[in-house]
Amino acid sequence: MDELAGVTLHVVSGKGGTGKTTVAAALALALARDGQQVLLTEVEGRQGIAQLFDTPPLPYEERRVASGLGGGEVYALAIDPEAALVEYLEMFYNLRRAGSALKRIGAIDFATTIAPGLRDVLLTGKVMEAATRARRGGGRIYDAVVLDAPPTGRIARFLNVNSEVAGLARMGPVRQQADSVMNMLRSRQTAVHLVTLLEEMPVQETIDAVAELEAARLPVGAVLVNMVREPLLPAAQLTVAADGGLDRDDLSRGLKAAALEAGDALVTALAAEAGQHARRVLLEQRERDELIGLERRLVELPLLDDAADLAGLYELARCLDEGLLT
Amino acid sequence: MSAPLPPSYDVDQLLGEAQIIVCCGAGGVGKTTTAAALGLRAAERGRKVCVLTIDPARRLAQSMGLTELDNTPRSVKGVDGTSGGTLDAMMLDMKRTFDEIVLAHSDAQRAQQILANPFYVSLSSSFAGTQEYMAMEKLGQLKAEQRWDLIVVDTPPSRSALDFLDAPQRLGRFLDGRMIRMLLAPAKAGGRAYMKVFTVGLNVFTSVLTRVIGAQALKDLSLFVSSLETMFGGFRERADKTYQLLKEPGTAFLVVAVPERDALREAAYFVERLSTEHMPLATMVLNRVHRSRYPALSAERAMAAAESLEDAGESPVAAATLRIHSETMRAAARDERMARSFTGAHPQVPVVTVSAQAADVHDLEGLRAIGADLAGEPAELAG
Repeated sequence: MDELAGVTLHVVSGKGGTGKTTVAAALALALARDGQQVLLTEVEGRQGIAQLFDTPPLPYEERRVASGLGGGEVYALAIDPEAALVEYLEMFYNLRRAGSALKRIGAIDFATTIAPGLRDVLLTGKVMEAATRARRGGGRIYDAVVLDAPPTGRIARFLNVNSEVAGLARMGPVRQQADSVMNMLRSRQTAVHLVTLLEEMPVQETIDAVAELEAARLPVGAVLVNMVREPLLPAAQLTVAADGGLDRDDLSRGLKAAALEAGDALVTALAAEAGQHARRVLLEQRERDELIGLERRLVELPLLDDAADLAGLYELARCLDEGLLT
Repeated sequence: MSAPLPPSYDVDQLLGEAQIIVCCGAGGVGKTTTAAALGLRAAERGRKVCVLTIDPARRLAQSMGLTELDNTPRSVKGVDGTSGGTLDAMMLDMKRTFDEIVLAHSDAQRAQQILANPFYVSLSSSFAGTQEYMAMEKLGQLKAEQRWDLIVVDTPPSRSALDFLDAPQRLGRFLDGRMIRMLLAPAKAGGRAYMKVFTVGLNVFTSVLTRVIGAQALKDLSLFVSSLETMFGGFRERADKTYQLLKEPGTAFLVVAVPERDALREAAYFVERLSTEHMPLATMVLNRVHRSRYPALSAERAMAAAESLEDAGESPVAAATLRIHSETMRAAARDERMARSFTGAHPQVPVVTVSAQAADVHDLEGLRAIGADLAGEPAELAG
């Protein structure tokens, strides 16, 4: 994809229950081509990556978790704001000892939970640090960084650290840090992808999030439609079935031809199940049309039998590789 | 060896007797819809009910007449009141609830100072836990009004269901903590002796803060902290009081989940947590459960029949309905497996199931159907 060619930071957001962590992990697998290193990060303290890859909880340390689809390597990092603040103090102020003193009196907890926007500055700052970290002898350590970001309802605010921090610091190092994070997030190096389902609320939240991201001048990437199921009824029969109007005699004849006992109860049950299926498919079509109206790249990912299965993750990675990256 | 069946549960009895019902669970499992459906059913069975929701979907909110965000309960139109019940509903405005506490506990001038402080704005609108705390605060207020027989609370869409139990205490502890008292110390006349102990830590702290966030921000911070101090005698005490309310007889917790691994894992944590806190878990509500209308025809037979029709090029519609039936049966079996694995680990927890809907619920009729489903009434499965 041309528009994703220069992207090194992929931010993945989505409403709760849409499978955003799974999709973020699959994207990291897809991005890890031969000889490449990809970092998958999470910032909400949920240890979702560890659960997905069935590893012990991740420390504040980059760990290799999987081989990529193309033979590259996927590393994972759970970013903890407190650890990030201590690291930040060490890096920029040479305040190693201060870190532990501050922790003792509860100042670190205080700073990362209440100081307006500081938490988000630290989290996004750490992601940016990983995305731009240089290899000895030139080049970046990670070819791509995937961020399993906060949900769609909060994503624009989370990424818009610049305005968040403005109420706190009009100048000074925190402001400088926020500004350089903002520059990267608004550049062509970043793409914010939104995971959704073909259901009312997730689609509405996706549409709202696109508007909020655009207003904040943050680069919207693709809309990733997760858990898509194939319609099973012929298109012409959808509305008929949805209205409960399937031809019972026709159905009955078909069942007999398949050597089934075509009693009234079975015909009624099958017509009702087909009706429910058809109503869902019609609703999904309306929701899909809404998403198409966004005029963003749409990639559909199939519903897996077992979403927590590692093989399924690679299947999603292949879909993303074909639909998004090539 | 087959997994045990969960104990059965009488939802209507709960709706007739409880004074507070708290619906909790992971985000996106249908907590709000469950809370609204329970509230409506209790009201139509004769009780005076208030539903406190946190973040309802737009159309669900509209269906209950919740178009105004004014932080007070409003009567819901269209409720069948023949049994003498009523239904009020409100949507929590977290910041406004916090602002009201500030306004109620300080004089006008100081209140304005606090409301305008950037640290207060941050605490009241984005501190992880404020929403949970304010939900509890509001619940306490509603309960104290004694206008309702039953209050149904929908908990905030926390990243983890447990936040709901921890956050009020965390916020209380935080505002009452050592750190806050230290920041206050210089502002107090008699704080000198107390200060000495902390001088080293405090100097490091203020110098770091000045370097990192700047002098103006530090001034805002200590102003904020000293304003808060005069306002709340003991924030923690307040948090403890609301926490106690949840342990009173008449309070019942419902853990809401869907038959998916993550949601059930959250539900399991919650069940264990409620038990260690001695909080009364009534039942689990399992939403979006797939059910087949004709379980006698197995997924395999239906699929084989569909394939034979397709091979013969006959009756494409019949073949499609058989495939749909096969898929429904497989989904039902998967949900059943998920539910059984939960019950295997928590055999004492009753499970009430609600069938999957083709579309989101956005009218009272839909809520009524879900209420009937929750109560185990043999209703026509909603489409």
